[in-house]
Amino acid sequence: MTEYFDPKTQGGATSKSRRNFLKTVGASGVAAASTPLWAQTTQARAAETPEGDPVKASAPAPGMSRIQLNVNGVERTVDVAPQMVLLDVLRNELGLTGTKKGCDQGQCGACTVLVNGQAINSCLSLAISHQSDEITTIEGLERDGELHPVQQAFWEHDAFQCGYCTSGQIMSAVAVLNDDRIGQSDAAVREAMSGNICRCGAYKNILAAVQDARKTMKGGV
Amino acid sequence: MRAFDYARPGAVDAAIATHAKADSAYLAGGTTLLDLTKIDIMQPEQVVDINGLGLDRIERLEDGRVRVGALVTNTALARHELIETHYPVLSQALLSGASTQLRNKATTGGNVMQRVRCPYFRDGASPCNKREPGSGCSAIGGVNRETFAVLGTSEQCIAAHPSDMCVAMAAIGATVSVHGPKGTREIDFGAFHLLPGSTPEREHALEPDELITHVTLNAPERDARSGYLKLRDRASYQFALASCAAHLTLKGGVIRSPRIALGGVATKPWRALEAERILEGKTPSKALFEQAAKAAFKTATAYEHNAFKIPLGQHAIIAELGELTGLATTQEAS
Repeated sequence: MTEYFDPKTQGGATSKSRRNFLKTVGASGVAAASTPLWAQTTQARAAETPEGDPVKASAPAPGMSRIQLNVNGVERTVDVAPQMVLLDVLRNELGLTGTKKGCDQGQCGACTVLVNGQAINSCLSLAISHQSDEITTIEGLERDGELHPVQQAFWEHDAFQCGYCTSGQIMSAVAVLNDDRIGQSDAAVREAMSGNICRCGAYKNILAAVQDARKTMKGGV
Repeated sequence: MRAFDYARPGAVDAAIATHAKADSAYLAGGTTLLDLTKIDIMQPEQVVDINGLGLDRIERLEDGRVRVGALVTNTALARHELIETHYPVLSQALLSGASTQLRNKATTGGNVMQRVRCPYFRDGASPCNKREPGSGCSAIGGVNRETFAVLGTSEQCIAAHPSDMCVAMAAIGATVSVHGPKGTREIDFGAFHLLPGSTPEREHALEPDELITHVTLNAPERDARSGYLKLRDRASYQFALASCAAHLTLKGGVIRSPRIALGGVATKPWRALEAERILEGKTPSKALFEQAAKAAFKTATAYEHNAFKIPLGQHAIIAELGELTGLATTQEAS
């Protein structure tokens, strides 16, 4: 006899709707008891920083190099293998999971971060080669708990559906709005952000958000 | 990605010596190297990072030529005042290539060394003479549309050269400066990329361990006009189906020193010399452009899915010449 799962009659975590589940995860800082294990791990790692980075006092393991990375204005120390790309170090070693891994081949833009103010694909850049750079991720945009104007505009314009490309879109948008060599027309913004693919097709609202943020930023943030 | 050793030398000679110690690859922007290493098409034992060599400057030489360091990014080159002013074809070509993020990382030397976008080359499994000499070409009897050539092909390989930047450089004229274990040498840009012939695994004129340090553009010509037209499946972030870089002057109503190069249709950045000969000294007209365009593809070989590139490439030439000479060429070409 086949047993059917009825969410209405099942108790506990499994009865949560997808929306409520995601809300819980998103608010894990205040609801740690109901936070799934993987999120707690991430949270714990994030809490280690900047005071304690995930390196041991002993020398790096064979084949690893101990490097300094300036991420969001904080000097971080981390052990990396030469082939580790910046994306994986940010996410897996430094707990900064706001930067997303999409295609991992420089084709989708989900992993976009700023290096010295310029947008790059962090999946195609070795972490070890960024030791003298200023790296900014989506986590580094807010100021004193206030969203960056581009983040605020994305929120207000509903500039996403699934949200997976959103942090990359926002990082690209910040770079576009801070680059006076890029025109201000809709066409210029579309062209400058063509390296950020949104498979949900939220481009219309993304464009509206970017142009709205331009007004708020009034010449750079 | 497979593991490799990493070195970041501080001088060109040290980089070359380090490169010679193992099966190595030079790392500039990494947008080709790391991509192809991730999918296991390139398998370097050692990566030699050349970002610390100070090769990131653009300078005007005393003879008027413009010397571009190998590590100048595509964005920096496209936006440089000297390039925007004197070589609009190069600025336009660069900005039509890839995405903002990739242009911010990709370099001048790296773009010259860009590998083909043939899906059979990249899949790591299909027979491919470039990846595994003698194994055969899967593209010739396969799906050979977007990234495949009609000019300069052989029975061994028909992959198109993917660069936009190189097409503009071919039209401008340039030399590639190279450092190697035996010293330095200059390679004419037209001789740098090799036709596939019977050795498609050999793509360029570099000897083992040699490093591109600069690309030097021919001195700008007074009153020259230039431009780049790229035709592709979508409006941005896509390789060319066909592209045309054109560089010419108009003196007394006639065309002088025309230089035409084609992208997306050929196995290397392709000078259309026959078309240039037809244009030299003539008064611009649509009939003249059509004659030149036809000549440019006289030796073309069409494959099952890319025959459309012959008329498309011809239209690209006609349209770009019309743009540069102020002639309306919106009517259908014959």
